[in-house]
Parts: sequence; C-alpha cells; structure tokens
Amino acid sequence: MKEYKTVSQIAGPLVFVDGVKGVGYNELVEVTLPDGSKQKGQVLDITEKVAVVQIFGSTSGLNTSDTSVKFLGETMKLGVSEDMLGRVFSGLGEPRDNAPKPVAEAHLDISGAAINPYSRAEPRDFIQTGVSTIDCMNTLVRGQKLPIFSASGLPHNQLAVQIARQSKTKDQKEEFAVVFAAVGITHEEASYFMRDFEKTGALERAVLFLNLADDPSVERIITPRLALTTAEYLAFEKGMHVLVIITDMTNYCEALREIASARQEVPGRRGYPGYMYTDLSTIYERAGRIKGKTGTVTQFPILTMPGDDITHPIPDLTGYITEGQIVLSRELHRKNVAPPVDPLPSLSRLMNLGIGAERTREDHRGVADQLYAAYANGRDLRSLSAVVGEESLTDTDRKYLRFADEFEKKFIMQGQAEDRTIEQTLDLGWELLSMLPEEELKRVKLDFIRKYGSRFREGGAKAPAPEKEENPEAAKEAPKAPSKKASKKKTRKKSNKKKKKKK
Amino acid sequence: MAVKGKLARITGPVVVAKDLHGAKLYDVVRVGEEKLVGEIIKIVGNECVVQVYEDTAGLKPGEPVFSTGEPLSVELGPGILRSFYDGIQRPLQGIEEAAGAFITRGIDVPPLDHKKKWDFKATRKKGEKVEAGDILGEVKETDVITHKILATDSGTLTDISSGKYTLEDTIGTIDTRKKKVPLHLYHRWVVRKPRPYREKFPPIVPLSTGMRLVDTFAPIAKGGTAAIPGPFGSGKTVTQQSLAKWSDAEIVVYIGCGERGNEMTEVLNEFPKILDPKTGKPLMERTVLIANTSNMPVAAREASIYTGITLAEYYRDMGYGVSLMADSTSRWAEALREISGRLEEMPGEEGYPAYLARKLAEFYERAGRVKTLGSPDREGSVTVIGAVSPPGGDISEPVSQNTLRVTKVFLALDASLAHRRHFPALNWLNSYSLYTETLDPWYEENVGADWPKLRNSAMALLQKEAELQEIVQLVGPDALPEKEQAILLITKMIREDYLQQSAFHEVDAFATMTKQHRMLKNIMRFYERAMGAIDLGIQLKTISSMKVLEKIGRMKEIPEDKMKDIEAIYKSIDSEFDSLKRE
Repeated sequence: MKEYKTVSQIAGPLVFVDGVKGVGYNELVEVTLPDGSKQKGQVLDITEKVAVVQIFGSTSGLNTSDTSVKFLGETMKLGVSEDMLGRVFSGLGEPRDNAPKPVAEAHLDISGAAINPYSRAEPRDFIQTGVSTIDCMNTLVRGQKLPIFSASGLPHNQLAVQIARQSKTKDQKEEFAVVFAAVGITHEEASYFMRDFEKTGALERAVLFLNLADDPSVERIITPRLALTTAEYLAFEKGMHVLVIITDMTNYCEALREIASARQEVPGRRGYPGYMYTDLSTIYERAGRIKGKTGTVTQFPILTMPGDDITHPIPDLTGYITEGQIVLSRELHRKNVAPPVDPLPSLSRLMNLGIGAERTREDHRGVADQLYAAYANGRDLRSLSAVVGEESLTDTDRKYLRFADEFEKKFIMQGQAEDRTIEQTLDLGWELLSMLPEEELKRVKLDFIRKYGSRFREGGAKAPAPEKEENPEAAKEAPKAPSKKASKKKTRKKSNKKKKKKK
Repeated sequence: MAVKGKLARITGPVVVAKDLHGAKLYDVVRVGEEKLVGEIIKIVGNECVVQVYEDTAGLKPGEPVFSTGEPLSVELGPGILRSFYDGIQRPLQGIEEAAGAFITRGIDVPPLDHKKKWDFKATRKKGEKVEAGDILGEVKETDVITHKILATDSGTLTDISSGKYTLEDTIGTIDTRKKKVPLHLYHRWVVRKPRPYREKFPPIVPLSTGMRLVDTFAPIAKGGTAAIPGPFGSGKTVTQQSLAKWSDAEIVVYIGCGERGNEMTEVLNEFPKILDPKTGKPLMERTVLIANTSNMPVAAREASIYTGITLAEYYRDMGYGVSLMADSTSRWAEALREISGRLEEMPGEEGYPAYLARKLAEFYERAGRVKTLGSPDREGSVTVIGAVSPPGGDISEPVSQNTLRVTKVFLALDASLAHRRHFPALNWLNSYSLYTETLDPWYEENVGADWPKLRNSAMALLQKEAELQEIVQLVGPDALPEKEQAILLITKMIREDYLQQSAFHEVDAFATMTKQHRMLKNIMRFYERAMGAIDLGIQLKTISSMKVLEKIGRMKEIPEDKMKDIEAIYKSIDSEFDSLKRE
C-alpha cells in the first residue's frame, strides 16, 4: 500500500497530493492527521503527478507537513450482510450502536452499476400505505421512486414514519425491510425516526445510516449510496422487498454544491453543478424490479423545497427523474389538515400499473379521476367565489364548493394513526362523491356508480360505515385516535341529516 | 489498433491521453486495460482529451490507450429493427447475456448478429454499372419491412448472387477501376456525418399522427421538425409515445436520452404488444429503440442522438418514411454542458457551451424529405420530434429557445391542463405549426376542401374563448350576451369532445384525418346552427339541453369503420335544430 507525505495544498474538503504513482480514479484514501486520527477520502482528479483527494470529514487539523495519505488501491466498497438489519450505522457505514461491525457477506462498490433497461421488470404490485391521498390518488407500487416534496415546517417526517409503519402489500408473507438514510438532518429528527421505529418494532427489519447535521457535509455524498447498496443487496440477493427512505435530499444537493465550488467548477443554475441531474439519477435510478428476481427496491426520498418553490433546481431535477411526486401544502397544513398532501400537484406515474380489478378494485381509476376533477373544480370555484361571492354561483357550483371542503376534512385529513385499507378509502371517496349530482360524475363508469356509489346516495342501500373495520393495532398505539374518529362519525351523520332536511 | 499512448489524467468521464501520434479529432479510442470505449474530443499538442462512454472509476495514469483510427460509427445492415441499443449501438440484450442485470464495463458486443443467416435476393445483375446508393438487392428483415441493400461504391458489379448469407459473407464485388470492393450485407457509417442524398423536397405531405390537436391545429410535415417542451408531469413522454405508436411513418426510431429506466422498460414491453393498425403486426417489427437512461454514462448520452439519426437516415435511404423521437434533447444538451465543463471551456448562457445552438441546428437539419442517391428513384423522409424538458417549465431557457429557432412545429405542453387531467395536455393557443399553409393543398385534396376553413374558424373560436374567459373571471358567465355564452358552449365542445383524447382508449387513441374532418365538421355545423337559432330568438337553455349534444360527445368513441354514424350526426344536428324552430 502506498503512503505519501507530500500534501501540497488543502482547500476546503480537497487535499492535493504530489508525486503519486499508480493511483486510480475514484480510489479510496485514508488520511492520517497530525494528531493521529484518521479520515477517509476519495480521489476526484488524478494526473501523472498530482492526486486531488476529497476528504469525507472535517479537514480542520490537516497541514501540509505532517499529514500522511494512504491510497487503498480500491474504490469505495461496503461490506454488506443480512445481519445489518436492526443496526444503526454512521454516514460512512461505521456502527453507531456500540455493537461490533457485522461480518460482511460481500463487498460491493457503493456507486453501483446501472440496471440494464432490458433486464428491468415493470413495477406493478400495489403497496397499501394506509394514507388515502396516496393509495387512492397517487398509488405507490413496488419498485417505484416516489419523493415527498415538502418545505421547511411541514410534517414530512411524520408522513414518512406513517408510511414506513403502515406499508403493506396484499401478500403479507414476503420478507420486507426498511433502509433509512438520514442525510444532514438534526439529532432531534433522527431520534424521532429511531424512537418510532423502535416503538413499532420496525427497527428489527430496518438498517439505519445516519449522517446528522453536525457531521461533515461531504459525508452526505456517501450516505445515500451506502443505503442503496445495502438495499440492492437485500433486494436482489436476499429477495426482500426493501423500502428506502432518504431524508433530506436537499442537504445532499447542498453538499454537492459545496464540493463543486471547492473544486472551482463552472456552476450551473443557482450555483448547483451542471452534472447534478446525472448525479441525482445515479441515486434515484437505483430503484426497481429485475426480471427473475423476487426482491424489489422502492424509494421514498424526502426533500424540502427551498422557499416552497417547486421550480427550484432540486425539486425540478428530482421530478424529471422520479416517477411522480407527493407534494405537501402549507395551506392545508395551516388548516390543520394532516397529512397535508395536496392531491393536485401530486402525481404517481406508475399508478395505472398497480390498480384495477385484480390489484385493488375495478372502480379505483374512476374514483381517483372523479375525486381529482371534483376537487380541482371545487378549488377553482373557491377562488372564483372569492371574487364574485358565493351567491352568484349556481347550485351545482355550490355543491362543488362544499365538496372541496369536506374532501379536505375527511379524505385528506386522517391523522397519524389511522390506517385505512384501500376499500375504506374508496368507499370514503364514494361517500364524498354522493354530495354531487350523479350527472356530474362523468369520469366513472355508470356501472360502478350503481355497484359502489349508490349505497351512499339518498334512497340507496345503507352504507356500512367504513370505520367499523378499524385497524386494532393503530388504535392500540394511539389511544386518542378512536375518540377522534367517533366524533368524525357524528359529524358525518349530521351532514347526512342536513342533506335530508334540505331535500 | 495501430497507435498506443498512455493515460495522463482522469477526471470523471473525461480523460487525457498522451502520445497518441496521428490520432484525429473524433477518433474512437480504447482506454485502459479494460479497453473502455471513448472518443477524442479535443487535441492540444501531444495530449488528446477523450470522453469515455463508460464509468472511469479505477483508471490509473500510465494505463495504455489505443487509437482505432476510425471515428464513432454504427453498423448498418439487417437486424437493426426490433433491436434495443444503448447510446453507442451496443445491444442491451447482448449486454445482459454477457454481464447480467447490471451494466458493467468493458463489454464488447457487436451491434448486429453476425452469425444469423439472411435470405438475400439480388435485384441487380453481374456486369451492370452501379452507383453508390443503388439498391443491389433485398433482405426480408421483419414481417413488415424489407431491408434494401445499398451499394457503397460506384463501379461495375463483377459479381453478385442471391442466397443465404451471414453479415460476414461476401455477397458480391464492385470493381471501381481503382480497386475491387467486396460487398457485404452491412456497412459502417460515421455517426456525426449526415448521410448524403440527392435533393431535399419542400414539406408538403403531413405526417398523420392520429392526435387531433396535432393534425388539426399544429400539423407536422413528413420530413419536418417538431419540438415538445414541457415541465415534468405534463405528459411529454406519453405524447411522444403516442406519436411513435400512431404516426403513419414506416419506421420508428425511439431514443430515450437520459430518461427513466422504468420508462424505457415500459416502451420495450409495450411496443411488441401494440398491433400496428395498418399491418396488424406488432409495432416492434418496424421500430428500433435506443436507450441511455439517466444513470448510464453521460458521454454515451451525447452520442445516442447521433446514433439514432444515423439509423433513421439509413432507412430513409432505402425509401422509407422514418419518424425519430428524441426524449429528451435537454438531457443531451446537459450532457454537452457536463462535458464542456470538464473541458474547462468558457461557458455560455446558463453554463451551456457556446456551440449549443449550432449543435442543435445541425441535428435538426438532418431531418427532411429527400430524393435519395442511386437508382431506382425513391423518396424517403426523416421526421424529427424532440422533447425538451425546460427547468421549471420555463421555456425561456437556452435549450428550448435554440430548439424553437430551428424547429417548425411547437407543441406546447401545459402543466395546468395536465393538472386538470386534460390529455393530451397540449395548449391549443400556444402550439403552432409553420407547415399549416404549405400543407393546406394536401388537406384540401385528400381530406376535404373545407378543411382550412373549418380549422381556422375553430381556432378563431378558441381564441375568442380566451378573451371571454377573462371577462367571465371578473363578472361571471351570466353577464355575457347569449351569443357569447353560446360560443363558450361550443368551445367547451371543441375542447372536451374534440381536443381531449385518451391515449389509453382503444378507439379514441387514434383518429384518421377523415374522422377528424367529419368530427370537426359536425361541431362547426352545430355552431352555425346555434348562432342561427339564437338569431331566431331560441334560448341558449334550449340549445344546451339538446339531445344531439350527447351524440357529439360520444363521436370520438365511434370506430373508423362506422364513419357513416359520424356523418349521420350532421343530419341529426340539422333536424333537431329544424324541430326547435317549429316549436
């Protein structure tokens, strides 16, 4: 192994080493600081004489005279094994839970390799997250990458935890695992995730990589890749269904920008490097199904939109790579709607593959489209009525207005502990749609209105209240929830009565 | 591999090689012990800057670099159709066989199957004089496409015979007086050099796309160019795929440039299942797919566009109409930018290199309807439809702007339409085509003499609607006079019953020009009669509750073979309005 003491320049996270020989691009480096402590790094640029090394960690305490640099002769690899489940690691893959390092079953290159598009299989297994706005209107399927576009101050972590806890598929026998990568989030946020995982027992089936806000930012480049390497191993070698949660991708992009500017690269939009799209794609594209393998990697990255701006380069480039997005809305959050998922800008591109008669229910597409159209119309009318006043709207228009309000209160609003099955969600949709005249429901087939919708309408068969099949587990965890639901039920009955009176 | 040099510097996908004596710009080189494929993009003194089409991790200075002395080329011969290539024409199926589900480095798989035997039928005889571009014979490539074997040189055919051949076999010889050139079923062509033709024709024949908005309001000419810019989630890819599926081109070249892996998989799974309405055979029989997904090496992304258009030109030279879909050219431009940044070039607007405009123009200029070289006389075309992904959906950025300067059709995707689930989410007011007038004679002759009139008046109504909507926003619809309210009723009809089209509906996904004409004619007839009726004092309420409205709404679901049913609606409109008057 070659060791050099020829550091000539240190600039930010970059160290220039002179007179090196036989060093490869992207090779892993171990740097010994003057005080004897060690840091890891990677070769970013190599000529016949000089190697530019990027240090994953703090470069404070480095100097040009007493620092020694050892080139390890290989690219960055992660030792992976099934024993990683239930463990917590640092952002560089070192154990963080005072237990010994698991014995590696294989050493894998953390940058991975692109999945051959020819070898991919189409993702199509429906994942029930228990969240109505996602299950019904932006369905998640196994092998999808669906980010949450949030903003500072919005409860994206709660939503992520809820999804991690509640996600299931129709066939429960298959093995699943959660890989969680914290990228530059605070201790508080990280411990929120840990606590919740521990409480629900999810920790046993989870691998956690934590790079916290006070950890070196350069490490953030590595953390998601460690998580994905682990996920790929568990999925494609061990046949598990892996859900990868990465939060917060905005911190990742900031780190990318920091390194780019330290290297004095030509900046692209808003100072982010021009290759950010390519770089992000090497993270997001590591999701999917492969023909002939049972396991899958599903990605749920979370990012906060700087200044709530969806056209900011980070959400923008992400949206071009991922298969849709779940957008949280500050307006809904202010109205106390939780989770504040705004269905209008949200989208799941793979939804059609995962729904329908065999996968969820035959009326799923129609209900989703109808709810979407009706809510969009209601929202449009809301701004119109703000200008012209509610009186000048037609009867139907007023119904839409009421529908939009109820939709927010009942369908979007569900609280952290409520786990709705897809049938409950769809029935709830039908119940809300019963507020609108039947002629307005142009996006659902007439047969479906008869079959599923009419029992919620006046004169139709009485509907079984969807809440009856309450999830006992959810109730246990959050004792407050049932009372909330009960009150909700009352209000719903009241509104039914009101309707009768009107007629 | 004549010349051998060595690696001097590695920085990402760009490396510097020394001592490559005699190497020329754009020559292909093999880098390192693993022989990664690369291309020389800059020469400074003794140093060649090379962009490498594969991952460069682990390369060391001092490793050998070999020059092949030949620029980046593609193999042109039978077997291209139904293939699925990466950006430098390596078959992805072959890569899977060689390396498994993940793409690893240094894989060398020939683009075409060199062992398969093809049945060659010579159409020219021994002793005849031939010119470069002449059709020498045919090979049945797929069930629907006959591959023409073209002469690569001019001279006398000293030998040619029909029979079963592999690509390696010699099928004949041309004596050019200087030398004897052996003929094969395939030849190689440099991707960055446009294939020659004899003459370019003006764009006077439309490409039937089956998409009503495009064919009616923004028609694309055969051999024309179109750009589809739009933010994410507005349906660029669905639009591109619909165009690929339903346009009446004989060959489809689909380039997935820097897009999602799952999307390419979807195309790959779907195209073999879609039956071509004309031939009844799978669409894949006349399609070639090129994929460089966003996580595949960036330099190969830059090349993928050229690989695609060269394949398209090759089929054009056989006399076919080819449509080329590039999704998305923004990713290609970003690849240019990334490489330019690594070369430390002076950046232009938004960090893009200053030569972006030239490169884009050069690419789109390779489209066209042409008279090809050689005999027999034949006509082929390459239509280029490029998707653009402007950041944040703002088309004032350089890639969109430079694209719009060279393309003649602009299909404006609109996120707000997509949000309202109006598909295709193309904005009818912002979309335009500069071919409309040159194509009118064709429409008048082949579709209906009243076509330009119908189209223009429908467009005028939509334009009027936009103005009226502004008033409605302020004072509500009831404040408008009856006639203007009627216009809103008609434009709603145009928008929902005509422009809205479901890509997933079995009948509605595709509409022939004739069907479009009949549909629009009915709607415009309704408009005329409604205006007349209002003049006679009939109330709008009566008109908006007419029974025929539902028939108009369901027009799009009437299959092509029941065109009479659509035509019958015209009479129903008249008779119902007549009965109104009598009341």
